[in-house]
Amino acid sequence: MDLAEYKGIYVIAEQFEGKLRDVSFELLGQARVLADTIGDEVGAVLIGKDVKPLAQELIAHGAHKVYVYDDAKLEHYNTTAYAKVLVDFFNKQKPNAYLVGATNIGRDLGPRVANMLKTGLTADCTQLSVDDDKKTIVWTRPALGGNIMAEIICPDNRPQMGTVRPHVFKKPEADPNAQGEVIDMKADLTDADFMTKFIELIKLGDGGVKIEDADFIVAGGRGMNSEEPFTTGILKELADVLGGAVGASRAAVDAGWIDALHQVGQTGKTVAPKIYVACAISGAIQHLAGMTGSDCIIAINKDEDAPIFKVCDYGIVGDVFDVLPKLTAAIKKAKGLA
Amino acid sequence: MEILVCVKQVPDTAEVKIDPVKHTVIRAGVPNIFNPFDQNALEAALQLKDADKEVKVTLLSMGPDQAKDVLKEGLAMGADDAYLVSDRKLGGSDTLATGYALAQAVKKVAAEKGIEQFDIILCGKQAIDGDTAQVGPQIACELGIPQITYARDLKVEGNKVTVQQENEEGYIVTEAQFPVLITAVKDLNEPRFPTIRGTMKAKRREIPTLDAAAIEADDAQIGLNGSPTKVRKIFTPAQRSGGLVLKVEDDNAQALVDQVVEKLSEAKIL
Repeated sequence: MDLAEYKGIYVIAEQFEGKLRDVSFELLGQARVLADTIGDEVGAVLIGKDVKPLAQELIAHGAHKVYVYDDAKLEHYNTTAYAKVLVDFFNKQKPNAYLVGATNIGRDLGPRVANMLKTGLTADCTQLSVDDDKKTIVWTRPALGGNIMAEIICPDNRPQMGTVRPHVFKKPEADPNAQGEVIDMKADLTDADFMTKFIELIKLGDGGVKIEDADFIVAGGRGMNSEEPFTTGILKELADVLGGAVGASRAAVDAGWIDALHQVGQTGKTVAPKIYVACAISGAIQHLAGMTGSDCIIAINKDEDAPIFKVCDYGIVGDVFDVLPKLTAAIKKAKGLA
Repeated sequence: MEILVCVKQVPDTAEVKIDPVKHTVIRAGVPNIFNPFDQNALEAALQLKDADKEVKVTLLSMGPDQAKDVLKEGLAMGADDAYLVSDRKLGGSDTLATGYALAQAVKKVAAEKGIEQFDIILCGKQAIDGDTAQVGPQIACELGIPQITYARDLKVEGNKVTVQQENEEGYIVTEAQFPVLITAVKDLNEPRFPTIRGTMKAKRREIPTLDAAAIEADDAQIGLNGSPTKVRKIFTPAQRSGGLVLKVEDDNAQALVDQVVEKLSEAKIL
């Protein structure tokens, strides 16, 4: 493999129901930094049905070229069909690197493509950089439950691939005047390339703010003692006052008080809201791995030795059932709501 | 129906501590456990077996000899059979090399059992030590079979599986025909405990060990040689520095809360 033949940092743009996911823009921001360091271009691969109108948005966020596979057959994500499209694209285009969002779809697609191309894929990266040789990407990721960070490289194979955790990197500012090229591609697929069948999407009924998109998160841990604070009680009340979402530690999810979709941490979601209120969460490293990127962390916990107090901006050592309602009332007042 | 469940023995990452002075991982005294998501995978297989006695459940693990502990635990939970893939040559394998080795082992175990292939292969969504979620899909791809990841519900009718996959928006319902590989999330089920009788029986079981030669692995595709990714450096994450911590004493909670909210307002965070 002549590594010099492989050029361009490519982002797999993920869209859902005609809307690009934030992670696609976050990836473009990072791809641009890598490409500028290497002296290379940023490409985006856009797959789906009626997706072409989204190409301009990708250009505005940093893509030089957008390769569009607009095909009715590709309306719903399908592991083996999407993987075939990307492998064919690779064989034609010879990209240096593929960046994929570490969403459930990205983590499903990435290893399938990496295996077909017999190349390396680093999972769930939280930092990206280029090595001193100006060509090898250094993929940094948490491991061992967030206790350690590992720098991974893929020196001898192309493309270099990584999935990147959503909400770790900031979305770049859109430049409406950015110029780029939109290239129509044709997917070469037969029925045999679709090894599974999409039946339907069951959307979650609550219609509440998703934690990964929330500017404010009020999260509860083991010390909340029951389901009620998460659904209607004190956590939910503050989340509503802030216009945010309720989050949870693994302990609270394990106890069955709240759905796993609300779990913050190494095996849950990574979040970086403006304010993260950690209530009765001790702050195990697995939890911290998912929320220390928050702008401001407020912690309430009975145990003054809890690790959460070592990372918070404001901490109150006390009973959450006493302190939190007072905090909610005070914030309500400060916001002019009471 | 023949089901294979891939399981991994992992360090309990909740028990891993960092040396506060040297900033290194303290592994001593960290217990090894049955990867939690793999227990969900096994439970799903056992529930299918509970419903139909014709279902056979085989366990497969890769790791050092001590990984037999989780295989015995799986047998004690109700699996029929277990195999360990173990060879020094496999050390340092990344997900591509691991996926290759396990796929080779799957074929070998199927041959040993006199079946053409397993109908369903179940894995946990990820192992809690590496958290990559890659090995399941890598095995599926090596075997040329479909994968359905993040399963939170699973139904089998004839040769067809219908799975609810966890997704950011909710649940995607996906169907596939046998053979298929499925990865399990925690919401899929509540894993059973091993029975005392099962544990006693499992203790006496000899678990066959397959080395690299037995699974007919190409040396160039396993271990460090077969791993495109290399670990360049390991370090402990930078710690965020702590801020203002106030302690509730007597009846001052209100005053402390007001103090915090005032600072939030000053900093224009609210």
